[in-house]
Amino acid sequence: MPSPHQHGHDAGERLFVHRHTRIHSLPAEVKVVAMVAFIFTVIATPIEQFWAFGVYALMLIAVAAVARIPATVILPRMLVEVPFVLFALLMPFFGTGATVNVFGVTLYQAGLLAGWGILIKGTLGVVCSILLAATTPARDLLLGLERLKVPQLIVQITSFMLRYTHVVGDEMNRMRVARESRGFHATGIGSWPVIARSAGALFIRSYERGERVHLAMLSRGYTGRLPELTPYTTTSADWTTAMVLPAAGLLIALTAWWIQK
Amino acid sequence: MHVEAMHIPDGFINAPTSAIAGVIAAIGIAICLRGARKQLDEKTAPLAGLVAVFVFAMQMINFPVAAGTSGHLLGGALAAILVGPYAGALAVSVVILVQGLLFADGGLSAIGLNIINMGLVTAVVGWFVFRAVIKMVGISRPAVMGAAFAAGFVSVPISALAFVLEYAIGGTGTVPVGTVTVAMVGVHLLIGLGEGIITALTVGAVYLTRPDLVYGVHDRLPKPVVITTSPVVQKGVTP
Repeated sequence: MPSPHQHGHDAGERLFVHRHTRIHSLPAEVKVVAMVAFIFTVIATPIEQFWAFGVYALMLIAVAAVARIPATVILPRMLVEVPFVLFALLMPFFGTGATVNVFGVTLYQAGLLAGWGILIKGTLGVVCSILLAATTPARDLLLGLERLKVPQLIVQITSFMLRYTHVVGDEMNRMRVARESRGFHATGIGSWPVIARSAGALFIRSYERGERVHLAMLSRGYTGRLPELTPYTTTSADWTTAMVLPAAGLLIALTAWWIQK
Repeated sequence: MHVEAMHIPDGFINAPTSAIAGVIAAIGIAICLRGARKQLDEKTAPLAGLVAVFVFAMQMINFPVAAGTSGHLLGGALAAILVGPYAGALAVSVVILVQGLLFADGGLSAIGLNIINMGLVTAVVGWFVFRAVIKMVGISRPAVMGAAFAAGFVSVPISALAFVLEYAIGGTGTVPVGTVTVAMVGVHLLIGLGEGIITALTVGAVYLTRPDLVYGVHDRLPKPVVITTSPVVQKGVTP
């Protein structure tokens, strides 16, 4: 259900779910560091310790609850992981050593374990990304990247990409409508030259748009840096709050390794 | 069914390998930044940004294959041919960064791995193959399209080999490396064929209308004739 808060301006904004919670108010760079650190503790955890992943999942559910991001937002976006779910399902058919028989199908134990590991770690990672994008507007995320000393130029390229995705996407759609209204119907490889010609035209239009944008920016005094429009300060309380997640993750990972030994 | 390029998820390659790949990707991007700045100056941000949008849009265009299957372009070689290896690699890397950070496509811990495979390797390989072929066969529309085909075709299995290398170093799966190599290279030779054809057709279309926008041939195009109409007779020029 689209809430009045979910007005989208560019590609990133459409993913953002507007709420007023502690997690939303955390500065972006703090959240990025916390999420990346957390996911590294997850992937460093031995997959034989099933309980650890249950705890990780509960932690992410808790984050979602505090941020008031409903499952109806998170679950559909998790469809992005379908390709590697299929890959993980193949794992049990490969391997060496002990096998188990499930309904007459021979599966390798090591493969089963590896498939489970890929599935659960990948899923936790996907949920992390979804929570990050749902609680952080894309603009703030860019500002956060800048504060993490990601080169200015990368941040600028990224901001252009987010800002113009819909403009170019709309252009692409208009070209498709134009093709189809002239009776074009893509059927097979035979129609590639037509689609590729549109792609070529799309490149020229995108590139020329880039040149126009550049000139427009120069005429507004652009010198190679973008001004920081919404300055904010990051407090040590922000860091302490955000680091609860990776710190707890580290504790669990260490415990898991200790039990494993 | 739509054939998607699979971005590496979290947990597929172990933590140390992922972290080291992150450092290598950062160094690669730093090199590309220097190169792109030299080539485009303060135009870098808007132009590389719009090329990133173009690559992102291209990945959404469906190329029907047969029997309901379709595929899409990876775009590394195409971007490198059109805007040069540095800006091209930057554009594709930014696309991968955004896909990982915002769209949960590819793991946060695997962003370095994905940038190496799909951003840096495809652009660099695509560029060198394109330039080598152009050097051999000269410059004409069929030659440019042939070179673009070779670039797109070769870039995909090499990118798959980069994945195999990472899998051999830190893979968590139980499929033996030999099997992975055969399967990945086999499948990607096929995908590379599609990538090559689409790259060639797209570069051909751009070359037909705006050859000056194909950076891969920028130093081989005939210099434009400059005609000035000045009433003043220039010094040293006898009428």
